[in-house]
Amino acid sequence: MAPHELERLATLVRTDRVHRSVYADPAIFDLEMERVFGRAWLVLGHESQVRAPGDYFTTRMGREPVIVIKKEDQTVGVLINRCAHRGSMVCAEGSGRLSTPGERFVCPYHGWSYDRAGILQAVPFASGYEKGKLPAGLKAVPRVKTYRGFIFASLSAQGEDLETFLGPARASFDDFVDRAPGGELEVAGGVFKHAYNGNWKLMLENHLDGAHPAWVHASSVAVARAAPEPGKPGEEHYYDIAVRQMRQNGAPDAVWEAIGMWTTPHGHGYMGDYHDDSRLVAGLGNPVFDEYRKRLIKHVGEKEADRILRVTLWNTIIYPNCSFMSQFRQLRIIHPIAVDRSVVYTYSFRMKDAPAQMFRDTVAFANVVNGTGSWVLTDDLEVYERLQRGLSSGEVDWVYIGRGHGLDVEEPNGVRRGATGTSEIFMRAQFAAWLRYLSQ
Amino acid sequence: MKVDEFLYHEARLLDTGQLEAWLELFTEDATYWLPLERDQKDPLETSSIIHDDRTLLALRVKQARHPRAHARLPLARTVHQVGNVVVEEANDEVRVSSTLQVVEFRNEKQRLYGALVEHRLRLVNGSFKIAHKRVDLVNSEGELDGIAILF
Repeated sequence: MAPHELERLATLVRTDRVHRSVYADPAIFDLEMERVFGRAWLVLGHESQVRAPGDYFTTRMGREPVIVIKKEDQTVGVLINRCAHRGSMVCAEGSGRLSTPGERFVCPYHGWSYDRAGILQAVPFASGYEKGKLPAGLKAVPRVKTYRGFIFASLSAQGEDLETFLGPARASFDDFVDRAPGGELEVAGGVFKHAYNGNWKLMLENHLDGAHPAWVHASSVAVARAAPEPGKPGEEHYYDIAVRQMRQNGAPDAVWEAIGMWTTPHGHGYMGDYHDDSRLVAGLGNPVFDEYRKRLIKHVGEKEADRILRVTLWNTIIYPNCSFMSQFRQLRIIHPIAVDRSVVYTYSFRMKDAPAQMFRDTVAFANVVNGTGSWVLTDDLEVYERLQRGLSSGEVDWVYIGRGHGLDVEEPNGVRRGATGTSEIFMRAQFAAWLRYLSQ
Repeated sequence: MKVDEFLYHEARLLDTGQLEAWLELFTEDATYWLPLERDQKDPLETSSIIHDDRTLLALRVKQARHPRAHARLPLARTVHQVGNVVVEEANDEVRVSSTLQVVEFRNEKQRLYGALVEHRLRLVNGSFKIAHKRVDLVNSEGELDGIAILF
């Protein structure tokens, strides 16, 4: 990149404000796909989606269509889903299994076929090609790693290792996995795929924003407060989880200010939890959670179980493509489609050795918070679209991200904590990482 | 009222914004379900676009009237086109299958939905009430913009 280009980008991001074009300029979006999504480690999914050799699912890395597949040697591979011949996607979108080592991905156009490792195995009319000139196979994504069962990949052959990239944010994945008795988690319960006419960054920013629920979610908080009371243990209703969660979004300002907000040098961030409802967080006194705690103790002992259950995290952002709720077992992956169009896949996780009711609660929680028809999510999406339209106006340049600016607190390992839970430190951290990726 | 007339009446209430009157068509033990997956069997172990009991459905209608229900203010204008009405079973409850096309307009955006619908209707004091309504959108598994209307 020419030096003047770099200088221009640097002027767009200041310590307490960013220029609106970072959300609205298609040329910047193209650069982001090349330099942010083309370089960073991206979360692709979870090993439970590819259990046996040959199991695969398709997804995207930025705009690249990819196949995530379990290889013969039990490691996970990621292949660019593009035939080496004329460029067609060789694998239809979805998931499936190449059930024998001999079964192949066959391109629908001219029948070129590839094995589980993406190696080109057969080419019809092969005699027509010069010997030794045929491509080797599907392009493999150069770096693939897992951390505690979660699959990551990077389109760049060089760069920091995954552990360095995640840094202190590893603790959020640890929390996710440690909470499962025996550490066994699986993707289950269906995938929500929701879309909005807005930039991808808007979602990552919103998920750490403790100042928005009182306004964006005012209507669902209000009706949940007026709802019939949830039942006591043994007298519960189907609607309880939904009502309880929506009520919690109306936590007082003082609670949001006190929950804690941390960021890492790679733009990741995580916030403390604001829930104090003993039916939503694994407190004591609820029969389902008592049984769950027993099973956790069986695996790790009482002291460790209590340590695990005392961790109270709400959303974690892994910049630039993932947001998850470790305590509630929801994970979202964002796929940027265009500067003003994004698609989000939302996964729920089952803890295999937890009481069955806990997964039902996870599903009910997903429906009300993350579902495409949810009263909570739809108000977020409406606001993202209004943001995009506002930010597309050329009349006003700057977006203010200055809440708590100048008050950030340095902690060990490069972590910075916001002075309060509603500090916009998470946006400042995301844009610092953004500028670093773009400037490399 | 005949079954098909009842379904047209229900659609008319939605298309004229009479959500409270629409809600009154449901029995106290009703369920209202938009499954996420094709042929989905179970609403408890798999997520749903909407899975409401009568309490949640009433709250959903109430929420739509809140002055800060951003995605529903104003409510989208819709046309619910009911077709292919077939009475599948008529015992204590009448099980009816139908097709539904919905045109939605809001925020300069027009959307089209298609769905297979199942109603279970119960006669209460001589009128039909909806004990269960299931709406399978043809694109339920697809990438969908937020859904802030009722089907």
